[in-house]
Amino acid sequence: MDKVWVIIRKEWAEVFKNKFVLFTVAFMPLLFTAIPLVILYTMRSASPEEALGLGEIPPEFALVCGDLAGAACAQFVIVSQFLMLFLLMPVIIPVTIASYSIVGEKRTRTLEPLLATPISTLELLAGKALGAALPAVIVTWGAYALFVAGALLVTGNPALAGLLLKPLWLLAIAVVGPLLAVAAVSMAVMVSSRVNDPRVAEQVSALVMLPVLGFFMAQTFGLITINQTLILWLALLLLAVDAGLLALAIQLFQRETILTRWK
Amino acid sequence: MTDFAIRTENLTKHFGRGKELVRAVEGLSLEIAPGEVFGLLGPNGAGKTTTIRMLGALIAPTGGWAEVAGHVIGRADAEVRRKVGILTETPGMYDSLSAERNLAFFAALYGVADIPGQVEKYLRMLGLWSRRDDEVGEFSKGMRQKLAIARALLHEPPVLYLDEPTAGLDPEAARLVRDFIAELGKEGRTIILCTHNLDEADRLCDRVGVFKTRLLALDAPANLRRQLFGRMVVFHLAAAEPRFAEALQGFGFIQKVEALDTKLLVTLDDPEAHNPALIRRLVEAGAEIRFVGEARRSLEEVYLRLMQNDEVNNG
Ligand SMILES: Nc1ncnc2c1ncn2[C@@H]1O[C@H](COP(=O)(O)OP(=O)(O)OP(=O)(O)O)[C@@H](O)[C@H]1O
Ligand SMILES: [Mg+2]
Repeated sequence: MDKVWVIIRKEWAEVFKNKFVLFTVAFMPLLFTAIPLVILYTMRSASPEEALGLGEIPPEFALVCGDLAGAACAQFVIVSQFLMLFLLMPVIIPVTIASYSIVGEKRTRTLEPLLATPISTLELLAGKALGAALPAVIVTWGAYALFVAGALLVTGNPALAGLLLKPLWLLAIAVVGPLLAVAAVSMAVMVSSRVNDPRVAEQVSALVMLPVLGFFMAQTFGLITINQTLILWLALLLLAVDAGLLALAIQLFQRETILTRWK
Repeated sequence: MTDFAIRTENLTKHFGRGKELVRAVEGLSLEIAPGEVFGLLGPNGAGKTTTIRMLGALIAPTGGWAEVAGHVIGRADAEVRRKVGILTETPGMYDSLSAERNLAFFAALYGVADIPGQVEKYLRMLGLWSRRDDEVGEFSKGMRQKLAIARALLHEPPVLYLDEPTAGLDPEAARLVRDFIAELGKEGRTIILCTHNLDEADRLCDRVGVFKTRLLALDAPANLRRQLFGRMVVFHLAAAEPRFAEALQGFGFIQKVEALDTKLLVTLDDPEAHNPALIRRLVEAGAEIRFVGEARRSLEEVYLRLMQNDEVNNG
C-alpha cells in the first residue's frame, strides 16, 4: 500500500507543475462556484416570475422547494440547475490529471524503468487513479462547501442554504461525484494508453461528461425530476459502470503491450 | 544459492503471429557466473534489448526457461525485479522533477530502507551531487545517462543489466561510465552489458556472447580471437628478404606466413611454445631480429567475421 502512496505523491509533484493542469484543478472549480453565486446575487430582488421567465411557478418546482416560496423558490430552482457544475467537476479534473500523467509517462519514457521496479500493476494503476481522483473529489467538496457558504451570504436565507445540505444534494456531491470521478479516471487510463497527445486523451476521455450533461438536459426539459430515489438509482448504476470500466482498464493495461507499444 | 547468477535454457521470444511473426530471440541458452561481466553483442534488431527485458521480468518469454539470482522468470517476477537493476535503452526520467526527487521516487518503489543515504551515495559517486536540485529536463544526455545508472544501483542489486550505457556520450563521459562499470564488476556484481562498442566490450567483459536472434559464439574475447584467427606473431626484421619467409616453411605448427615490408607475420596456435624455434631458424638464416610482438586482432574483426559466417550459413 505504501507504494500506491509513493506513486500518488510523485503524480502530484509532477502533474501540478503543468500550468494547464493547475488551471483545471484550481481555477475551473472557483469559476464553477462563482457563476451560480453571481447569478444568485443578481436575482436577489427579482420576483419569482421574472427570475424564471415563467408566468407562474410550475407545481413540480413547488414540490422541490419545500417550505420556500416566491423568490426564494425561484432562486433555489435556478441554483438546482447548477448542481450539474458540481458533478462535472469530478469528471473534468481527473480526466485532465490522468491524461497528462499517463501520456506524460510515455513521453518521458519512464514507463520501462517504472515497470522494472517490483511494483504490481494494481499498485501502479491504483496510484495513478487515486492521484487523479482524490484531488477532484477534494476540490469538488471544497467548492461545494464554498458554494453553500456563499449562497447563505448572498441570499441571507438560511432555509435556502439548508436545502443545499439536504440528503439529495449531499448524496449527489458525496457519492455520485466520486463515482463519476472513478469512471472518468478509468476512461482516461484506457484512452491514454492508446494515444500520444495528452490533449487528445483528455478530449476523448471527457466523453464521460456527456451522460452527465444529458442527465441535466433531461431535467431542464422536464423529462425527469431529480429526487432522492433517482439519485440513489443513479449511484447504484454508476457503481456497476465503475466496476465494469475499472475491470476493463486493468484488463487493457497489459504490461508487455504497453511497454513495447507505448512509443 | 545456485552456482549461476543467470541461467537460461532455450529462452525464446516471438512477437506477433502468422505473417507478422517476429522471431526476436530463439533458443538462447546461457550460464553466467556470479560476478561475471558478460557482453551481449549483436547488430541492430538482434534481440539484445528483448533478452534483457525478459531477464528483467519486464516481458514474458514465449518459450524456454530462465533463472536470475535464484528466482525463476515467470514464477517470481517481483523477486527478480528486486534483485535486478536495469539501465534501459532509453533512460527516461521525470523531466519536471529534480534529480534527487527522481531517484528518491525509484528508491521508494524498490523498497530501499535508507532512501536519502542511497540517493546521496550514488549522486556523489556519479558526480551529480551538486546538480541534485536541478530539474532533470535541463540535464544533458550524459548527465541523464549517469542519473539512470544511479537509479539502476539504488537498491544495490546483485545483477545489473546495462543496455548501451555509453551510446551517445562524448569520449570523456563514456570513459567515466566505462571506468565506473569496471568498478562495479570488481565489486562482484553480475553484469550483462549490451553494447555496439566492441572495444568497450573487449576491455570490460570477461566473456561475450555474439548474438543475432541466436547465439553465434560465446567465450572470452581472447578465446574468440584465437578460435577465429589463431594467434599472430610479428617479427620485425632489419631487412626484408624472401629467404627468411622460406626458412620458416616446414614447421608443422605454422598455419600461415606473410611477409609485409620488413615484417614477417606468422600465424600459429601456441607462440609461447614455438617462438624460440622460429627465432633460432630465422637467426640461422641470417635475419637480424629487432623486435618480436603479437598482433592483436580487434574484437571488431572477430565480430565482423562471425557476422559474415552467419550470413554464409543462413544464405
Ligand atoms: N513489441 C514488438 N512487436 C514486434 N516486434 C518487436 C517488438 N519488440 C521488438 N521487436 C522486434 O524484435 C527484434 C529485436 O529487437 P531488440 O530491440 O531486442 O533488438 P536489439 O538487439 O536491442 O537492437 P538495437 O541494437 O537496435 O537496440 C527486432 O526485429 C524488433 O523489431
Ligand atoms: Mg536494443
